[in-house]
Amino acid sequence: MNQDSFTERYKAQWEEFENWLNSQDKDLPKDKRPKVSGSVDVPHMYRQLCHHLSLAQSRNYSAHLVEYLNQLTLRGHQYLYRAKSNTITGFVNFVFYEFPSLIRKEWRLFLLANILFYVPLFGVGLAIQENPEFVYSILPPEQVSEYRSMYDPNAKHIGAERQSDDDFYMFGFYIYNNISVGFRTFAGGMLFGLGSIFFLVYNGLSIGAVGGHLIQIGYSETFLSFVIGHGSFELTAIIIAGMAGLKLGGAMIRPGLHTRSEALKIAGRTSLKMVYGVILMLVIAAFLEAFWSSKGSISPDTKFIVGYILWGFISFYFLFIGRRRRAA
Amino acid sequence: MLDTRRSIETPEGVELGLRLAGPVVRGYAWMIDLLIRFAVYIAAGTLMGIFGNFGQGLYLIFVFLMEWFYPVIFELYNNGATPGKRSMGIKVVHDDGTEVTLQSSLLRNLLRSVDFLPVLYGIGLISMLFNRDFKRLGDITAGTIVVYQDKLAEASDIITLAPRTPPVPLTPLEQKSIIQYAERVKLFTPQRSSELANILEGVTKEKDEKAVQSLLQYANWMMGRR
Repeated sequence: MNQDSFTERYKAQWEEFENWLNSQDKDLPKDKRPKVSGSVDVPHMYRQLCHHLSLAQSRNYSAHLVEYLNQLTLRGHQYLYRAKSNTITGFVNFVFYEFPSLIRKEWRLFLLANILFYVPLFGVGLAIQENPEFVYSILPPEQVSEYRSMYDPNAKHIGAERQSDDDFYMFGFYIYNNISVGFRTFAGGMLFGLGSIFFLVYNGLSIGAVGGHLIQIGYSETFLSFVIGHGSFELTAIIIAGMAGLKLGGAMIRPGLHTRSEALKIAGRTSLKMVYGVILMLVIAAFLEAFWSSKGSISPDTKFIVGYILWGFISFYFLFIGRRRRAA
Repeated sequence: MLDTRRSIETPEGVELGLRLAGPVVRGYAWMIDLLIRFAVYIAAGTLMGIFGNFGQGLYLIFVFLMEWFYPVIFELYNNGATPGKRSMGIKVVHDDGTEVTLQSSLLRNLLRSVDFLPVLYGIGLISMLFNRDFKRLGDITAGTIVVYQDKLAEASDIITLAPRTPPVPLTPLEQKSIIQYAERVKLFTPQRSSELANILEGVTKEKDEKAVQSLLQYANWMMGRR
């Protein structure tokens, strides 16, 4: 069959399919989308189109016709094979099953990330108890005195005196700053894991230095009562972000039986799930830090009790939640 | 491999063609997006500045969302393209040609921060130059490619002339070239169309305009106009 009679014969079919695609196209303004009435056998039309495309290709029909069929088929392909998702059940399933089980499944990485974070933290913190001057090898003196005035128990208010709209400002700041840190800790894993390791160790060192110094000069109550609450979510989230990055780095260093890019793709899907959890945890942490930890009106004792409960909750969550598969 | 056309095979067994977008056009798209974001920051900053510290907090959340999720939102709800990409006529799709999902878009955009290192997408550029599909690290991990959103060229119907049988039998590929020539002849200057037609002087035994006419007649015959 030559090209003109081929086109003449099937043009109506192609146009019908194109019309149907346009009617589903969210890219077109609503009034420009044609209305398609009655039932349309889309899969059949699509298969026909695929058939016509390969005929046109193999019969060396003109480039224009092949390109037209190519684009039409591509649109059909994109529409028929698009991903469908159900966000709400997906979310519940994620929080109560997928996320905690994933962390348990990858417990080796979780352990490694914890070591990379807590060993420098406690190492520096303890070293400062022995040798108080050590803090200045890690933090600049101005920053040290800034932290000192923030947590001075003799000051009227811990942190800075804040109005309620200041709390919201700080909430915005924690969202902006902490989640960005989390994302960078994750993305740094693409540098063979080195970026994630750097951020884990670096954060461990600086938190250890600040905490160690404040405890050594006797500000432990104001400092610890401030950090214990949101720290449960925040520190664990940063560790999981590092763990997700290490997962990527691991795929680059040791791709196993896959090609490197294939291994990265597989690790990417897993690590992204960890990042979802990190976002969620850091939003909760920002909320706690802005509206709970900084409240001067709440006694340190209450903050300690709530803090212990939150740490208990986090541990319980990752240890026990989602051990039995939920009916999804 | 200099050709930037990639074909993907659908489950139905046909091959679909996609044209990959390279670093330069993607760089332009990024710059357009940068300018848009910049303008939005100024506008939002002025507006939210009115509301004191509350507005400041809101502004920080807004900046956070824009920095990390601006491309994600557009790639998901604007057919795979940020405004910059759209204006350059490119879009993001999966390796298999399907539209990007939340997962892949998020992954490629979170990893943007590494591709950006050490300055202005240094790592991303190196990765793109070493990858046959122009993928930056984020694309490799997310399994995405950036392709041209080809618009179909104006239907260039072949000028109808009295069909004529070519004097020698032509292979399918030769026929295809003549048809393509006939389709495009309107886009050439007369000099160029003659120049091309003269290459086939051995077949047509003619020169210049007459040769062009002959080729168009052959094309008409091949198209089945009898």
